[in-house]
Formats: sequence, structure tokens, C-alpha cells
Amino acid sequence: MQTTSHAFKDNARKAMADVDLRTALKRVETGFTTARRKAADRLPEFEDLRDAGRDIKNHVLENLDFYLERFEERVIAQGGKVHWCSTPREARETILKLCRSVDARTATKGKSMIAEEIALNPFLEANGIEPIETDLGEYIIQLADEPPSHIIGPAVHKTKDQVSDLFLEHHWKYGRTERQTDPQALVNEAREILRQKYVDADVGITGANFLVAETGSTIIVTNEGNGDLTQMLPKMHIVIASLEKIVPTLDDMATIMRVLARSATGQEMSVYTTLSTGTRREGDLDGPEEFHVVLLDNGRSEMVGTELQELLRCIRCGACMNHCPVYHTVGGHAYGWVYPGPIGAALDPHFLGIEEARHLPSASTFCGKCEEVCPMRIPLPRIMRYWREQAFERRVGPPLERAGIRFWAFFARRPALYRLATRLAIRVLRRLAGRRGVLTALPFAGGWTDGRDLPAPEGRTFQELWKSGRRSP
Amino acid sequence: MTKQSVRVGLFVTCLVDLFRPSVGFAAVKLLEAAGCVVEVPAAQTCCGQPAYNSGDRADTAALARNVIAAFEGFDHVVAPSGSCAGMLKHHYPRLFDDDPAMKARAERFADKVHELVSFLVDVMEMPDQGVRWEATATYHDSCSGLRELKVREQPRALLGKVEGLTLTPLPGAETCCGFGGTFAVKYGEVSTDMVSRKCDDVAATGADLLLAGDLGCLMNIAGRFRREGKRVECRHVAEVLAGLRDVPAIGEGG
Amino acid sequence: MTVSSREKILSGIRRGLKRGPLEGSARDAVEARLADLKRNLIPARGQLDRAGQLRLFREMAEMLDATVEIVDGPDAVPAAVDGFLGRHNLPKTLRMAPHETLEALPWAEKAPLLELNRGAARVEDQAGLGMAFAGVAETGTLVFLSGGNSPATVNFLPDNHVAVLRASDIAGAYEEVWTRIRADREPGTLPRTVNLISGPSRTADIEQMLIKGAHGPRRLHIIIVPDDEAA
Repeated sequence: MQTTSHAFKDNARKAMADVDLRTALKRVETGFTTARRKAADRLPEFEDLRDAGRDIKNHVLENLDFYLERFEERVIAQGGKVHWCSTPREARETILKLCRSVDARTATKGKSMIAEEIALNPFLEANGIEPIETDLGEYIIQLADEPPSHIIGPAVHKTKDQVSDLFLEHHWKYGRTERQTDPQALVNEAREILRQKYVDADVGITGANFLVAETGSTIIVTNEGNGDLTQMLPKMHIVIASLEKIVPTLDDMATIMRVLARSATGQEMSVYTTLSTGTRREGDLDGPEEFHVVLLDNGRSEMVGTELQELLRCIRCGACMNHCPVYHTVGGHAYGWVYPGPIGAALDPHFLGIEEARHLPSASTFCGKCEEVCPMRIPLPRIMRYWREQAFERRVGPPLERAGIRFWAFFARRPALYRLATRLAIRVLRRLAGRRGVLTALPFAGGWTDGRDLPAPEGRTFQELWKSGRRSP
Repeated sequence: MTKQSVRVGLFVTCLVDLFRPSVGFAAVKLLEAAGCVVEVPAAQTCCGQPAYNSGDRADTAALARNVIAAFEGFDHVVAPSGSCAGMLKHHYPRLFDDDPAMKARAERFADKVHELVSFLVDVMEMPDQGVRWEATATYHDSCSGLRELKVREQPRALLGKVEGLTLTPLPGAETCCGFGGTFAVKYGEVSTDMVSRKCDDVAATGADLLLAGDLGCLMNIAGRFRREGKRVECRHVAEVLAGLRDVPAIGEGG
Repeated sequence: MTVSSREKILSGIRRGLKRGPLEGSARDAVEARLADLKRNLIPARGQLDRAGQLRLFREMAEMLDATVEIVDGPDAVPAAVDGFLGRHNLPKTLRMAPHETLEALPWAEKAPLLELNRGAARVEDQAGLGMAFAGVAETGTLVFLSGGNSPATVNFLPDNHVAVLRASDIAGAYEEVWTRIRADREPGTLPRTVNLISGPSRTADIEQMLIKGAHGPRRLHIIIVPDDEAA
């Protein structure tokens, strides 16, 4: 996917001016957060389960090589194959080769963020294979030719009216000439059109929420059932997953499963949790004849043992963005790459480089809400701060900002000088404000004064007053 | 140790020092009422967050060393800000991961650090001050105080004792106001959008007084209210608890 | 020979962990954890007594918009299925998983007009009948194992999904189901597909409005056959 992360400020400005988007984001803010809180409140063990989930993931990361090898062993033993891919390019080419091995013309796809990460769809298209998104949200944005704006609700930014228009435009060729406006009718229309696609597809591609080392299973968690139809009808099932998805046992999966849907949508459990293991067995009446797991690294192995390791606990529930006041303001597209919101702010610089992604970890108030709700207790603000330090060290970003901080710090590190300087500065500010009590414009602080006044100082610094013996205002 | 001998170092915070000394005096008054002996070391400037949040770790660590040296001799270190207290308490030790001796010092120091209102309630059990303040107020939970220091019930408990004050709940009280220090300048438009929604929420409560425990958030919200031309008084919670009625509200001039 | 991506990835991880391949006691510890299959924290809600589990299963399944019917015994299942189809004005045609328990039911006698088609489901099927391997009370979840007697397509393709579940197969928590699945199998293996199904298919992808029947079944009807005391 083409990144626009460097243009975060412009992206954000456009997003804030989009009335439909604002309505959609308000729904995210109230809908998802309320549902999560209710789900968490209904399960007294919720906080303890978060701890348990975090501990499982930490254990996995300390033994990641072992569990990956064991997973592969179990996949092979049950008729499947694991393809280890270091780079997105290798993963794309592996998938293309697999598709070509069965002369595939179409491939149905379940929702996968990794497929977005490796930009699979344009690549398949360019090579003569039609990818068909089957998750309703993904289907909508595929028709609109847009990237997802949320990791679990890829089309949260779309209105019903926009969906009606898209369906009319793209379903005309199927003889659907009536513009539907009822949401149930829209869902039915997509359902009916996609039904034949499942049957006709030569390959089904899904993502994975978990990989289980004990059994070599890949697991998807969905509500629609599209991922299941995607993988059970074609003769080949390709799973694309990043390597940190692994858990040791089914029991470990159950523990994390208990916090996944509750954190994501506030459901007790998603409708379909499906464990896929190997190929169809002798005597089976359905299921794929081939099973391939494309295991993507894309720099994740380099995160092990570093400040970024904790990011590998992420289960992609979306709770951080659902609760993020900045996400609520600018939406997902403003972040300019696959992973938006706090997880994107912490993760994207690793994939894109801090030069391209510098705004993302910077555009946070460090309010801490994301860490508060992250089921895996990832210290997202701490990791954003790590990136800010990287940027500062490497002199990325406007030199003036950096100079400003160094200039301020020069004084702040020298209390006597600082007191002198601030006494003067405060008098000037006070004089500028006059009797109005506020300043309405200030050089170098346009970011502040463009949108709000700056309350004027009372007149003298506390230190000055205290030194002069004042003990009350 | 009797309460009279509790020596508190007041960490004034840079914003209070520069913009609103009244909050500092309110803090002194409350701490003394709670039985503390208050001192204000002259060697303090700022907790270092502007540098820390900009990725300037070296300057932050240098500032932290100054603050620790100036305050480590006190029984307690108290700041009228959850954000600054959180910085001193939770972030200073992390600045010295490569200097075990300094880290240990920072940790000992961190143990003594408190946010003002939670200190008054949890540590000093301050007696009722018999303050009267006629207003319908609402309270915004500043992020750092809330999440890093668990300041939630303490201010509400003390405000509950103020005669004449009706405290009405603020929907979304725990949602960030968009201040975020340098964020408010670097990402001014996003920040303005966030604070506008906060102002809408405050205005919708019908309260005539907004209280919070952090001057940064208050200047942000008050500044936006002034720009919108709305008259909602914004004050630090300590001002009300100390009964400083004569001081004009934030951004109100006078 | 160039280094394979597999080697590159594994050695990258090991470099990060500052060790070589897991060996000796460290490896033994991880092997032991994997062999022990120890359960983690299970919510109290998943550990009720038998009667409580049955009650909770029903409550949770209904909360998810599944319908639940408790019949008098196995012989009452065909009429219950027939009744379900009738209530929803569906044709009296059923795609049935050729499961031995379902085959043994008195179809001809109790639902003579019902046409039964065995095998994997097809796009045109309107109703499917499957035999659940287990139910999980904790979240009102059904568990199906794919196999020659249980094609997974039956659970997904037809618009209406009817599931037969023995009361004694209702477990408190997922972990009990794993134990049961493992009991009959070679360690480290599973059927091709294990489906955990919690209510009918739904989506909220259009303005977060909840719409049922996105791709999977629009209706899920669970027929519980009481075969233990608690039921």
C-alpha cells in the first residue's frame, strides 16, 4: 500500500473537514467503547485474563523459534506446508506461485491485515488473478478502491448511502439495477453475489488470528462466516499470517480468545472461531485438498529482544484505536498506512522508517487510554516515546522544533538563569494581554492560538512572589 | 513523627510558576492546613516533559538530576499536577536505566512524590476546611493523574465537602482534552478539534465552573472557551478547596 | 546454497534472544509445558454445576439470537426439525450431515414428508442439519468437528442451520472440549476443521448496524436432546 504517513497533518485536516467521517467516528467512539466496557464488566475475571494473555505471549516470544518449528512440524504431519517469507515480496511471490500451480483465475479472500501489509491485491491483479474480498467491510472498500480505515472495521468510515451508490455502480453488471437503501437489503445483495464467487474460486486466502503450535492449526475469528466459505470451498486454502500469531496450546488460545472479542467489539465471543488444520482427510466430504501457510516475518524477528518486542503481543483487536481520542478526531486514513491508531503509531515506523512515519508517534497526547484498554497490556505510549527519541537522535523533523526544545532546555537546566528569563518573559506576555486576560496570537505558537486563546499570566512568577515573602495570592 | 514535622517540598510546576501562581499559593495553604511544613526549593524549573515528550532524553535526564537533588531531602514531594507528579514518580527512574546508582536514587525519590489532592486525602487526611463556594461545577479528569496516579475519587471527595458547591458529572470526563503539552502546538488543529469537543461536553452539563487538577488542561479548555466566547469559569481544583474566590478565573483577566 | 528465509528468520529470532537453538533444560521446560496441556484461568462462569451449565448455555445462545428447543428425547428430533422448517415457511428439504446419531433417528416415521439429502452442502440448500460435537455454556457456543459424518459446509452454506446437541455434551468451558477432542486422537492432531459457532452469522460493517445472515446462516436453531439427569 502506498503510504501517506508523512502527510499526516494534511490528511488530518481533510479528515476533520469530512462531515460523514465525523459521524462515523462518533459511532466508533460511543459504540465500541460502550460495548467493550459492558463486556468487561460482565466477566469478573477480565483483568486477570488480560494478565494471563500477556504472560502467554511473553512466554511465546522468549521461545518463538521453538514454537514456530513445532507449528511447522504439525502442519506438515497433517498434509499442509509452511512457507517462510522474510519479505512482503517473497510472500507475494509465494502466493502467486501457489495460485498458478492450480491455474487459478480468481481467489476469494477473508479479511487479513497481513494481506494489506504486503499489498497482495494489486499484485495478484497485475498478474492476472482476480482477488475477491468477501468480508463485507473489505468488499465495500475494494469496490471503492480504498484502503481500510480500521483494523477490524475496514469500512467504518463509509456511510450507508455511499455503500448504496457503490453497490449500484458495481452490481449493475449482475443485473442489480435497483439502488438499495435498506441495510438488510444491501447485505443480502452482497451475500447473493458473493455466494457464487466462493464456489467458483480456485483458491481461498484467509488470515489468521492465532497459530497453534500444539496442533499446527490456523485460527480465524469472524462474525460473517465469509472466512469459512472462503476456505472450505476452493481446492486450495492459503493462510497468510505473521509469525507472532503463534500460541503454544489450544488452552492458551482459549485464554486469549476470551479477551479478543470483548476488547474488539464487546461481544462475548465472535460468531465463528474456526480451527483449520492441514488438508481434507480421507473420507471427508468437503474441505481443501491443499493447505499452505505463508508465514511472514517482514522485520518482526528483528523486534525480538528490543524495545519493540512487546508490540509482538498485539492480537489486532482494535481496542486502542476504538478508544483513542486522536483516532476519533482524524480517523484511520490520516495515519497513511495499514495500521492506524495507537498500534499504528507504535508499529508503522518500524515498517516505514521514522522519516516517513515521524508524525505518527508524535501525534499523541500520551493520554494513556490505549494502554489502559489493550488486552495484551502493550505499553503503547512508551513505544511511541521510543520513536520520538529515535527521531530526535537522528535529527528527523523540523530543525526549528528541535532548536526550540534545546533552547528551552538550556534555560530550564539553569534555575537562576531560568528565573531571570521567565520573570522577563512573563512581564512581556502580561503586558501584551493587557486587561483581556488572554492572548489571541503569539509568534511560534500559532498551533495554539489559531484555535484558542492563551490565558495570560497573572503577572509575576510564583518563584518571584515566594522569594519576596508572599504567602498568598 | 508528628504531623507538624512533615516536611513537604512543593514542586510548583512550570505552568503554575509562570501563568498562575495562585494555584501554588492554594497548594501551600492546603498543605499547611493539613499539617505540613512547606518549602519551595529555588532550584526547580520544570519536570522536563517538554523535552521528554519531544524525544530529548539527554536534557530530560539533566533536568531530572536537578529536581532529584533539590527535593530528595524532603519527607514528601508534592505537585499541584497529575502530569508533573506522574513524570517525577513514574518516568524519572526510567531515565537512568544505564546508571544503577542514579536509578536507585530516582526510585527512592519517586516513592516520596505525590499529586496534591491525592496527597491531601490519602496521606494527610486533611481536616475539613469549611469552605463555601456557590457554584454548579463539573470535574475533568486529567489523563496522567487519572491513569498514572489513580487520582479519581480524591478530588470529588474533597469537593463534596465544599458548602454550596454542586458537582455535576461530566460525560466523557476521562477523555483527553487534547492538551498533550507540545502536542497542542505541533498538532494545533487536531488539538483544537479535541478541546472543542471537550468544551461542548462541559457546556452541555450546564455547569458554570469547570475544575481539573492540571493547569495545562485548564489553560487549553479555558483558552478554547474564551475563543468561542462562552462564559464557563475554569479553575484548578486547589483554588476552590482553598477558597480563593478573589482570584479571577483562568483567562478572565482583571 | 543461499540461506533460506526459514534459516534467516530463525537465526534472527535467536540473535534477538541472545541464544542459539533452544537446548537442554530450557528446551525441556518448554517441551514439558507443551506436553502438560495445563489449563489457564477459567472464569467461574465456565465452572457451574451441570444444571447451571445447561441453563447458562441456553441463556447465552439465546442472547446471541440463536433459538433453543429442548425436546423430550431423540425420537422427538425429526418433528422438531420439521416444525422449525414449517415455522419459517421453508421447503421440506434438508441437507443432513450423515452422522450416525442423526441417521438413527426415526425420520420416516416422525417426519415422513421431509426430504433428506446427505453429504456436503450446496449453494442451493436452504436448510442444513448437523450434529454438534459439544456445546460450551460459557458463551452459548456450539462445536463441530469436520469428518466423513460431518461436512463443515452444512454449518455455513444453507441459510438455516439446525444443530442437534446432546445435553451431556454441554461443557462449561472451551478447555473441557479440547480435552474431549484430544482423548480420541493422536496427540498434536485435529480434524481438518473445528468450528466454534456462537449464534447466527452477522455483520456490523454498514454504519455499525447489526444485520444477521451476512454470509453464513441467518438462523441458528439448536435442538437439545436431554440425556442426563441435569436436563
